[in-house]
Amino acid sequence: MTHLSTAARADNPYSVAIRDLDLDFDGVRVLRSLNLNIHKGEFLVLLGSSGCGKSTLLNCIAGLLDITDGQILINDRDVTWEEPKDRDIAMVFQSYALYPQMTVEKNLSFALKVAGVNKEEIQRRVSKAAEMLHLTPLLQRKPAALSGGQRQRVAIGRALVRDVDVFLFDEPLSNLDAKLRTELRVEIKRLHQQLNNTMIYVTHDQIEALTLADRIAIMKEGVIQQLDTPQTIYNKPVNRFVAGFIGSPGMNFLQGQLQLQDSQPWFIADSALAGLSVPLTHYPFCADLTGSKAVELGVRPEHVVVGEAATALPVCQEVGVEIVEPMGSDTLAWTRLAGQAFSFRTDTELNLKPGDRLLIGFDPARASCFDARSGERI
Amino acid sequence: MAKIDGMTHSSLIGRAAVTPRSVSPRVRRRSTAAVAVRATAVVETQVDEGTAEALATAALQQLGQTDSVQPKPASRRRTQQRYGRLGIYGFLLLSALFFAIPLYVMIITSMKGMPEIRLGQLFSLPGDPTFAAWIKAWSQACTGVTCEGIQAGFFNSIKITLPSVALSILIGSINGYALSFWRFRGANLLFGILVFGAFVPYQVVIYPMIIGFREVGLYGTLTSIILVHTMFGMPIMTLLFRNYFASLPSELFKAARIDGAGFWQIFLQIMLPLAVPIIIVAVILQTTNIWNDYLLGLIFAGSDNLPMTVQLNNIVTTTYGVREYNVNMAATMLTAAVPLAVYLLSGKYFVRGIASGAVKG
Repeated sequence: MTHLSTAARADNPYSVAIRDLDLDFDGVRVLRSLNLNIHKGEFLVLLGSSGCGKSTLLNCIAGLLDITDGQILINDRDVTWEEPKDRDIAMVFQSYALYPQMTVEKNLSFALKVAGVNKEEIQRRVSKAAEMLHLTPLLQRKPAALSGGQRQRVAIGRALVRDVDVFLFDEPLSNLDAKLRTELRVEIKRLHQQLNNTMIYVTHDQIEALTLADRIAIMKEGVIQQLDTPQTIYNKPVNRFVAGFIGSPGMNFLQGQLQLQDSQPWFIADSALAGLSVPLTHYPFCADLTGSKAVELGVRPEHVVVGEAATALPVCQEVGVEIVEPMGSDTLAWTRLAGQAFSFRTDTELNLKPGDRLLIGFDPARASCFDARSGERI
Repeated sequence: MAKIDGMTHSSLIGRAAVTPRSVSPRVRRRSTAAVAVRATAVVETQVDEGTAEALATAALQQLGQTDSVQPKPASRRRTQQRYGRLGIYGFLLLSALFFAIPLYVMIITSMKGMPEIRLGQLFSLPGDPTFAAWIKAWSQACTGVTCEGIQAGFFNSIKITLPSVALSILIGSINGYALSFWRFRGANLLFGILVFGAFVPYQVVIYPMIIGFREVGLYGTLTSIILVHTMFGMPIMTLLFRNYFASLPSELFKAARIDGAGFWQIFLQIMLPLAVPIIIVAVILQTTNIWNDYLLGLIFAGSDNLPMTVQLNNIVTTTYGVREYNVNMAATMLTAAVPLAVYLLSGKYFVRGIASGAVKG
C-alpha cells in the first residue's frame, strides 16, 4: 500500500482505520482479519460481486452490525462499540430509505431535530443542502411524489445536513435507470470535490468504481484482493480474479507455459494447432523467474492493435474474425489466437465482418501474467 | 393526428360498448378494450396513406367486421363463459342467502308482537311493525334479579373493550417492533414462545389465572378482565405487528438509527405512523374478539362488570315467565350491533387482516 496518494498525505492521520476486523454470521466467517486505512478526504470504493462482504463491511463501519473481533477507528477515535449516531458518519442506502410519511424538508431535518439542534441552524443547513442538490422546489413534497433520482438526492441531502466527516454510500445508484445513474454519478463526484469529505462507496458496478474512486478495494469472499488506484488496478491487477473483474469487455486469458530460453523469458501458448510465442523481455516481473511453469497471459481487448501498425509490435499475427459485436463507440471482435478464444476492440469504421482476415498485435509489456495454479500475478 | 386518434377512439368505444349486449359487464369491458386497441393499431398503420376521414372510416369498418363476423370458436367460448359466470353468481347468491336468512328472521321477529309470533309464520313480514321489543330489550328486560335491560351490559362491554383493545395493540406493536428490528439475543426463541401462546387453548390456563388474580386481590374486577384480554390478545397482536414490520425495508430502520433516533423515537416517529393500516386491522380484530367474548367476561369481570354477551345470555335463558322471542331477538341484535358495524364499516381492512394470516378462530 505504498504509493503516491499515501506519500502525498503521509502527514494526515487516517480518517477511517479498520484493524484485524473479523465478523461471524451464525458461525460463518464473513469478514476475516480485514485491515483498511482510509485517508482524510479520500473517495474509497468497495467493489465486488454480491455476497463478497462489501456491504457488510460498510454496515460494520456504520455501527449497524456488531463485529466479532477487531477495531474500528474514525478520526483516530476507537468507535468499535459506539452507537451509529456517535460515529461521525452519515449513510445513503440503495433503497433511499426515506421516511415515507414525512415531507422532504422533514426528512432532511429529522436527524437534526433528534440531536436537538436549534431551529435557525436546522433551517440554515436544510436550505443549504437543498440548494446544493437542487431540492428547494421539492421541499414540501412527500417521497412518494418524487422520482427515483430525486429520492436519492434527498437521501444524499439527509446525509449532507448532518455535517459529518465520513459519508457511507451503499450502492446508492443501483435502483436507478442507466441515464439517471450516470447523471447522479457526476453529481456525487462534484459533491466530493466541493466538500472534500471522506467517502466510502459500495458498488458492484466497476464503471462507477473506476470513475469515482481515488482508490478501489476489490473484495472477494470477505477478503480485500487489491487496494489501489483505479489506474493501477486496471493496468496491474494483482491476481486473475481482479483482472477478470475489472474491465469491460473482460480481459483475454491465454493458457500457456512460461519458459526461459537463452535466459530470456517467453510465453508459449498451449496449442495443438498454430503456435504462439510471446517474448516477455520487457514485461515487468514482480519477482525473479525460476524455471518454467504453467501461466495465463492476460491481454485487454483494448490493448490490441489492428492492421499495419501491429507489425511494429513484438507479437503480431494474422487472424480470422469469427464474431463481431458492435457496441456503438467501437466494435468488439472475437477470433482465435493459438486456438484459444481472443477478443479485441476495433474502430467501427473498419466495418469488420465474420470471415475477414486481418493483422493483430499487442505489446507484452502491457499484458499481465498470472500463475495458473495460484492465480497470482507474476 | 393525436386529436383525430382520440376522436376515433372514443366513437369506437361508444359503439363497441353498445354492441355485445348480452355478455356480462367484465367480458364487455375486455372486448371494448380489445377493440379499442385494435382500432388504434389500424389508425397508426394507415397514417401515411389517407386523410383523417379516411382513417376514421377505415377504423370503423374494421370495427364493424370484428363485431359482425365473429369466428365460431370464440362465440362458443363466450357462451360457455356466460354459463360459468351464471353458476358463480348463483352460488354466491345462495351462500349470501344462507347467511342472510337468519338475520332476516331475527329482524322481523324482533319487530312483531308475541301474538303474531305465536302464529308460527317465521318468514312473514310483521303486520304491525313495532320497536317495543327493542326498547324492552334495551331498558326493561330482566337479566337475573335486576330488570334494567341489556344497557348496563353494553356500557360494561365498552368499559372492557376500549382499554383492552388499546392496551393489547400497544403491547403487541411494541413487541412486534422490537422483535423485527432490534434483533437481540434470544429474540427468535422469545417470538416462538409468544406464538406458541397463541395456540394454547385458554380454557387450560383459566384456573391458574383465577388463583393468581385472587392472590393479588384483583379477581372479579374490571382491571382483571382488561388484563386477561390484553394477555390473550398479545400473541396474535405481536404476530400481526411483527409480520407487518418485517415487511418494511430494514434500511428505513438503519437510516433512523444513523440519524440518531433511539428505540422509542424510531417507534413513535417512524414506525407507528407507517403502521396505521395494520393498526386498523388490529383494532377490528381485537374489538370483535373482545366484544364477542363470553367465557372470560363471565369468569373474571365480576358481577358488577358483566359484559353484554353475558347479560344477553341471562335474558335469553331466563327460566320463568313467558319466553319473549321478540325481546330475545332484539337483545341479540343489539349485542351483535357493534361487531356488525365494525365489519360493515371496515370490510376492506378486515379482509386485509385475514389475508395477513392473523385471524385465528
